Amino acid sequence: MKLAFLEQLLDASRSRSAGALVTDLGSGAQRLLTLQHSVGDLSLDDEQFARVRRAIDEDRSQIVAMPTREVFVEVWSAALRLIVVGGVHTAQSLVPLAKLLGYDVTLVDPRAAFASAFRFPDTSLIIEWPEVAVPRLEPDRRTAVVTLTHNPRIDDPALIAALRSEAFYIGALGSRRTHEQRRERLGREGFDAAALNRVHGPIGLAIGAMTPAEIAVSIMAEITAVLRRSPLAVRA
Amino acid sequence: MSDSEQVLSEAAAWRRGGLGVALATVVSTWGSSPRPVGSKLAVNETGQMIGSVSGGCVEGAVVQTALEIMRGGNSSVLEFGVSDEQAWEVGLACGGRIRIYVERIL
Repeated sequence: MKLAFLEQLLDASRSRSAGALVTDLGSGAQRLLTLQHSVGDLSLDDEQFARVRRAIDEDRSQIVAMPTREVFVEVWSAALRLIVVGGVHTAQSLVPLAKLLGYDVTLVDPRAAFASAFRFPDTSLIIEWPEVAVPRLEPDRRTAVVTLTHNPRIDDPALIAALRSEAFYIGALGSRRTHEQRRERLGREGFDAAALNRVHGPIGLAIGAMTPAEIAVSIMAEITAVLRRSPLAVRA
Repeated sequence: MSDSEQVLSEAAAWRRGGLGVALATVVSTWGSSPRPVGSKLAVNETGQMIGSVSGGCVEGAVVQTALEIMRGGNSSVLEFGVSDEQAWEVGLACGGRIRIYVERIL
């Protein structure tokens, strides 16, 4: 692989959108495919290209065996994102942990004292009410939304925006009782039981977390379980 | 930043700095292999490495091949199976099998 091609691959990866790298395992020729681009020295005829396309549609990296060549198709999905609402103490553990797990993290809090670069270095911060900020972030199927403030004035609008999106995970910090009250409030906003069940509350896997860092582990464990479709993701 | 992005980013930085670099990628797995298809390991000419292609079971052998490829060898596909007593340091204790593509960054 030439350095210039590696740089293009890196750019594609940094763009956070989906793509594929196709490598002829015999000759080493390669082609990079993204929504916008098809670059590289690997040429494929129509039939070969159709087989590569199928591997990409399956969204699974794999070797495609062809009569005269063996081609490795490496497929990657769009980046995972985490929207954290509330720059509270737990968020200070959650944000770095989520970054370690590969998430692009955005922290939303209308209170500048909480969403500060001092508390969250090298983090994308939005000092804005969630009813404005969360819809603007356009949560999609690769996005998790977590609310941590305990304050309905801040958490509820974020949850409402998340419920109107395809976010793969929605979680709200707070006790069982708080969560019941939250469900009642959201129910009055017109969300039915199926919608309300999308909100994981109390948030996180039940690992007996006590400290902010332990709660962060419990939250990221649950998000991972949902992402990977683990049986642990299903609540009794 | 994803794992792959981190490995590619370091590989590019090494190469830009003038170091010889090779990149190893898991291209297929059978059974209970430790890292999924697409996992990457980059190696530079001083033997520094970032990322992984197994749980540490075969990295030693991959680094050897990577160093040879850096010195002008062709890209190649390595295959590792279950470890036996003679070759325990280059086998997979888990009983899986993996194929790894190793290429030079030019």
